[in-house]
Parts: sequence; C-alpha cells; structure tokens
Amino acid sequence: MGDHHHGPAKGLSRWLFTTNHKDIGTMYLWFSFAMFILGGAFAMIIRAELFQPGMQLVEPAFFNQMTTLHGLVMVFGAIMPSFVGLANWMIPMMIGAPDMALPRMNNWSFWILPPAFLILASTLFMEGGAPAFGWTFYAPLSTTYAPPSVTFFIFSIHVLGMSSIMGAINIIATVMNMRAPGMTYMKMPLFVWTWLITAFLLVAVMPVLAGAVTMMLMDIHFGTSFFSAAGGGDPVLFQHVFWFFGHPEVYIIILPAFGVVSQIIPTFARKPLFGYDSMVYATASIAFLSFIVWAHHMYTVGMPVAGELFFMYATMLIAVPTGVKVFNWVTTMWRGAMTFETPMLFCMGFLVLFTIGGFTGLMLSIAPADFQYHDSYFVVAHFHYVMVAGAVFSMSAAVYYWLPKWCGKMYSETMGKTHFWISFIGFNITFFPQHFVGLAGMPRRIPDYALQFADFNMMSSIGAFIYGASQILFLYNVIATIVSGKPTDKEKVWEGAEGLEWTVATPAPYHTFERPPAVR
Amino acid sequence: MVLKAKRLCKLALGPVLMLLSLASAGALAASSKVNEVNMPPGVTEVGQRIYDLHMLILWICVVIGVLVFGVMFYSIYHHRKSRGVTPATFHESTKVEIAWTVVPFLILIGMAVPATSTLLEIYNTDDAELDVLITGYQWKWKYEYINEDGENVEFFSNLRTPQTEIYNAEAKGEHYLLEVDEPMVIPVDTKVRLLLTANDVIHSWWVPELAVKKDAIPGFINEAWTQASEEGIYRGQCAELCGKDHGFMPVVVNAVSQEEFDSWLADKQAKAAEIRELMAQTFTMDELMERGKAVYERNCLACHGANGEGGVGTAIAGSAIATGPVSGHLNVGINGVPGTAMQAFGGQINDVEMAAVITYQRNAFGNNMGDMVQPIDVYNHKNG
Repeated sequence: MGDHHHGPAKGLSRWLFTTNHKDIGTMYLWFSFAMFILGGAFAMIIRAELFQPGMQLVEPAFFNQMTTLHGLVMVFGAIMPSFVGLANWMIPMMIGAPDMALPRMNNWSFWILPPAFLILASTLFMEGGAPAFGWTFYAPLSTTYAPPSVTFFIFSIHVLGMSSIMGAINIIATVMNMRAPGMTYMKMPLFVWTWLITAFLLVAVMPVLAGAVTMMLMDIHFGTSFFSAAGGGDPVLFQHVFWFFGHPEVYIIILPAFGVVSQIIPTFARKPLFGYDSMVYATASIAFLSFIVWAHHMYTVGMPVAGELFFMYATMLIAVPTGVKVFNWVTTMWRGAMTFETPMLFCMGFLVLFTIGGFTGLMLSIAPADFQYHDSYFVVAHFHYVMVAGAVFSMSAAVYYWLPKWCGKMYSETMGKTHFWISFIGFNITFFPQHFVGLAGMPRRIPDYALQFADFNMMSSIGAFIYGASQILFLYNVIATIVSGKPTDKEKVWEGAEGLEWTVATPAPYHTFERPPAVR
Repeated sequence: MVLKAKRLCKLALGPVLMLLSLASAGALAASSKVNEVNMPPGVTEVGQRIYDLHMLILWICVVIGVLVFGVMFYSIYHHRKSRGVTPATFHESTKVEIAWTVVPFLILIGMAVPATSTLLEIYNTDDAELDVLITGYQWKWKYEYINEDGENVEFFSNLRTPQTEIYNAEAKGEHYLLEVDEPMVIPVDTKVRLLLTANDVIHSWWVPELAVKKDAIPGFINEAWTQASEEGIYRGQCAELCGKDHGFMPVVVNAVSQEEFDSWLADKQAKAAEIRELMAQTFTMDELMERGKAVYERNCLACHGANGEGGVGTAIAGSAIATGPVSGHLNVGINGVPGTAMQAFGGQINDVEMAAVITYQRNAFGNNMGDMVQPIDVYNHKNG
C-alpha cells in the first residue's frame, strides 16, 4: 500500500490503463462530445440537403445513410456515454466512495467504445455504403435488403451493448455497496437515484437489443427466417423486440437528465427540492411503465384493437409521474431566491422545452390521432424536443455546473449565457416548424419533399446551422475554461449547492473520500 | 439588473409565442395549403373525429402549459435573489402530491373516452362495398380491385415527377413528388376496404385527407377503410422508410362519383382485354423500342441510370446479360436476382412491356444486338 497516494501516471498510459473514475469519466465525456460533433455533422448534411426541394448535395441512398448514422451516433455515441461519463465522475463523489466498485471493468467498458464506433464509421467507406435503414433498423430492410456493411453494424451494436451493460453493472455495484456510512438510499442525491434506476433498465434491455441484432445476423448469414415472411418468419416480431429495448432506451437517456435537473434547480433556487420522496417514486414508476408501453411505436402495424387500447392507456399513464416531476421542479423554484447562471438557464430551457415535448408525447399516445402523426415530422419534432432540449440541454447544464469542481477554474458566464441563448433560439427555429410540416403531411426520413413544405424546411435548416454553430462555442467555452479560466479553490463553488461533492477540495483531487465522510 | 430583466422577458416570451402559434394553428388551417400548420380534417367522418380529438388534446395541453409556465415565469420574475427575497424552506406535502397525481389522472380519463370510441370506429372494417388490395413495392404501389363477378383490375402506380425536376434541371410542377402516372380511383360516399401488404420491405400507405395510415408488411394483410364524402384528388406518401426511393413513392387517390367510377372500372377491364390481345401480336423493332423506352424509364432508370450506366443496379450498357443470350436476359427481367435489389418484374409488368424493355435494353446504350423479343417469347419463357 506504499504507493497508495500516487497521482496519475504520466503520458498515454495514464489514459490507457487508468482505473480512476475521474479519468474514465473525463474520457467518456470527451468521447461523447466528439461523437456529438460527428453526429451533428451528419445532421448538418441532412439539413443542408433539405434546405430546398429537389436533390442538391447528396443522393437519396447517401441521405438514408446520414439519417441512420446520425441517429445511431447521437443515441449510442453522444448521449448515452455522456451520462455514463457524468456518472463516473459524480456518483462516487456524491455517495462518498473512493472510486467505482469495479474499476478495471470501468476501464474496459470505456475502451471498447471507440473501436465500436470506428467500426460503425468505417461502414461509410465500404462497398454498398453504410447502413441506410434508419436507427430503428426495421427488418427486412435491415436484413434481406441491407447493404453488406450491416454485419459490421451488428458487431458494433454488440460491442457497445456490452459496454453499456458493464457500465450499468458497475453503477449498480457502486451504489449498492460503496455508500458512505449514514448515506441511506433515501438520502442519496437524485442524480444517483435516477442513475441507479437507469442502470437497472440498461441491464434489462441491452441484452434484448443484442438478441434482435443476433437474429438479424442469423437471418443474413445462417439461413434462418426470424424476420423473413417468405421463410415463415415475422417482420413485425422485429419491431416488438426492438421496441421492447427501444422504449426503455429513451428513458435510459432521459432519467439521468431528470437527475441533473433535480440537482441544479435547488442549488440556484437556494431551496431544497420540493418532494424528494415523490421524485424517487415518480422515477421508479416511469421506469416500470417503460416496459409495458413499447407497442405505442407500432400503432399502425395492424395490432388487434385490444392490444392497441392497452398500449394507449399504459402510455397515457406516463404523463402522471412525468407531470409530478415537472410540478415538483416548478414548486421547488416557487418562493426560492433564484439566480440564473448558465447551468440554471439550461435547466429552465430544459423545463420549458421538455414539457412541450411531453405534451406532444401525450398527443402521440392517443392511438387514433397517432394514425395521422405516426412517421411524420411531428414525431421528429417530438423526440428532438425530449432528446435535445431534454438530454442535451441538461448535459450542457451539468458540464457548466460541475466544470469548476472538475478543473478548479470558472467558465466565462457571458460566454456560457451566449451559448445558452444561441442554442435555445437555434433549437426552436429548427424543431418548432417541424410540428407544422408533420401535421400537414410530411413523412420523416425523406430526402426531398413537396413544395408546400419548402418554407418551414428552410427555416428548420437555418435553425439547425445556428444550433450546430452554438455547439462549437460550447467546445470553445470548455477549452477556454480549462486553459485560462479564472482559478477558484472554493470547495462550494455555488452558494446554494448541497451534497458531498461540494465538500472536497476544488479542483477535485485525483483521489477523493479515501476515508468515508460522515453523513448526517 | 434592467438587462437581466429584459433577458428574462425574452425567456418568457419565446415559449408563449410558440404556444400561441400552435394554438392558432386551427384558425389558419382553412386559409391555404402552402405552409399549412395543422392536421387536415380531410374528407372522411373518421378524419373529422381524429381532427377533433387532436384539437381537444392540443387545447388541454395549451391550457396546462399556460398554467404551468405561468407559475414558472411568475416565479422566475418575482422570486429572484436580485429582488432581495429570502428563500422559503418549505418542502414535502403529501396533500399537494396527491392532488397533482389525481387531477392529471382524471384529465387522462377524459381524453381516453373519445380516443377509445374513435379507435373502435377506425377498426370497424365491416360492411365495405368495395375491396382494394394495395401492395407496396420498392418504390411504387400496386392496386388490385377485387371483383367478385368478373375479372380483377390491377395496375401499378409510379411517381410521375421526372428526374429533371428532382435534379433541378427543370422548374418543379405544382404537385412535385405527389403525382403518379395512374392514381387509385374510388367512388365517393362508399365504404372502401383497403387490404394492405408488401412485396419486399415494409411500406406504409398514408393519405392525410382520407385519415388512413397503415403499414404494408410482407407476409401480412392489414385492413383499413375509408369513405370519402367529397370528390377530389387526395395526395399522400409512403410513410415507412423503405430504402433509397422512400421519398419518391407517392399515393394519389382520385375520389369520383359512382357513375364515373363504374365507367372507369369498365374501361380498365376493356384495356386489360386489349393487352391480352396485344400479347398475341408481333411487333416491329421500332414499336418495341418505343414501348421499351417508356417501360425502361418507368421501371429501370432509377437503379440502372438514364443511359444504362448503372447506379444502385449494375450497368446495362455493355453488360454480359444484355449482350448475352436472350433467355438469360429474360430470366433476370422476369425472376430478378435473389438477394439483391433487382426485383422479379415478371409479375409487375405485362408480357408486352417485358418484351419491349428487353428489346430496348439489348439495342440501346450502344448494345447493338439487333435481336427482338416478342410477347410470345416472354410467355414461352414464363411457361417453361
């Protein structure tokens, strides 16, 4: 134990062999940002092609590759790893643990990610092109009719599924075993709670996704007919399996975001979270409901009416715990003493836009109306309101909130706020008009469109370029803070912040809580 | 401080404006088709019910939104540290939590009632007076009118917008991408049952104004129905990603009077008989080339290129198949190439068209084979 208090190793080996939760968290965060830029670049190509009616820049086949890779990279490469990175950094510090429970597996679960995405990105240069069947890869378009690169896509999904499962097991083991004495479950910060529940969702559904892609692999290479009607299989089975993974997946993305917002709003309202217990129960209810609503993505596949009704009622129910959350956040703000630093602004943006996304979600849950909304741009608008304004905004809030703790330097408030306002305006110019074109009849995933949709699409594209540019500003802000931010050594960076992470030194030392803290 | 307040006002204004614009969607709906912002109520009773349901839920959401955001922005404005307030410390209230669980639940029940009855109506395909089998192909629709006494009428419906418009060489027409060579025709005020399936991948048949969207899935036959109350041409598109030309397979439905429909159907049946007669004819090279060019442009060009140079499909100019034996060429055209995007066209185009397009491919793009294929050759090939 002589070298117990060592610092980080030097050079590249620090990053390759590290078992330190902070190093691994940092790598996850940078990796996910790189993927965010890559996925964003794909989105820019999509929006540039859709700037005007007619085919201008790319061919329809390549356009489909872009929509597919944009979705896959954003969901699996940007949003999910970013929250895993945040979990790595914050969970041990929030529960008073010295590190994650399984540090070597932690290293492994990060380091298999970059090769997986390298494989996925390499499909762009393969004969027949990259996967072009959408991020939901419905069979048989993704099996019998897929380009040869689909096999690489399947392998890549398997690898990043393994990464997610290992990450989730690690979080469960850490939260269950490594809480400081006195840190009972009902004293854990909400970010820890939401991640614990998320981790259970991950362990439950990632193997289902692995099953789906394995069946695809068998259909493509080993002569089975799971999804091929000609061989006695069932193409709709694919959708059931996929969405049994896919619906919990969207809560995997949004629950940690709820956690972040539940940490930040009380800090800047200088008032405790209104209903801690009910927030925990609401999170658990949402997680439970996520398992019994998958077929609301499939209202138009021709289910029996009884099934249709069951999934409609169950889906509508989600509005109840989600409403509880929103009401709790607003009540937390009520009669607080608020200030609006960048993290709080992003949370306010989250609250408004996520709620709008929730409203459209409720509209989509109504099966008869969904017959008109389904597979239209209305759906595209809906999920970008929850994925971007929900997950990405809260992630931006988290970075600004904890960055001073991570690197001991303050970001520029002016730059942070500029980033927020450009993002907020750009985001709404991009996605709000998509509600209109969707309702008016524009299907999603088309490379070209009828003339009556032209103006709103141009608006949408302009907004997308603004939003895209604002993320470069984000990158600049983070680098500028790390390089030349104003140093701070206040343990409690924010006046109203509560929690163990604000009791350690700033910047957070390489090892924290080697002795468990006392939790009252 | 003034600056800050201004910013907050901006923060408040954005979403409110957006909500208002979404709310005014209904009012604007009637004005024009271009830049339409709302769902069309369409020309069916079900469509009207769906529209009413949509507006009901939209307005409930708007009201809840105004309340929640109202409280939020009141709080943002009044409960700021810069106004010198001290934060309250209250938290936890079981009564409040129960209230904001129960009230939304009751509102949801209020929504579920009309939603359920509308859904049951959508699912009621009984007592249809006309059945049409719709088959999705990459990337076109086939319509088959099922006729209990007499022959079925069937035809394909392809995108009519020329490539020159899509690639911006020509000005785009009024119905750019929403026009087909042969629309589906239905009689008004008649309950038409749609039976949907697909030949290759999953497609989805969507016409907003007829309030029908249903997936067409290989191996399944889905049911839907519509009953148009007004004559007119209704346009929609494939809604499920189905490959390269997903964006280029529109649906056009022409709703006409019963008399007009009857004469159209009789006309179709006569034409089918005419084709059967043509099958027995022998054509000249020029006739075959002229017909073949048209068939090529409709069915082959998207993958094999305007000059047979290839693309998604292999090149036809100078290809071993098009310059090889006729039987091999016919085999590919009729049966397709399994495991590739090359479909079996034997069931999609008639024997006259097949003969013409094979002849065309063998004598165009520099393939000067000089040989001809007659409909009887296609027939013989198909029947061994």
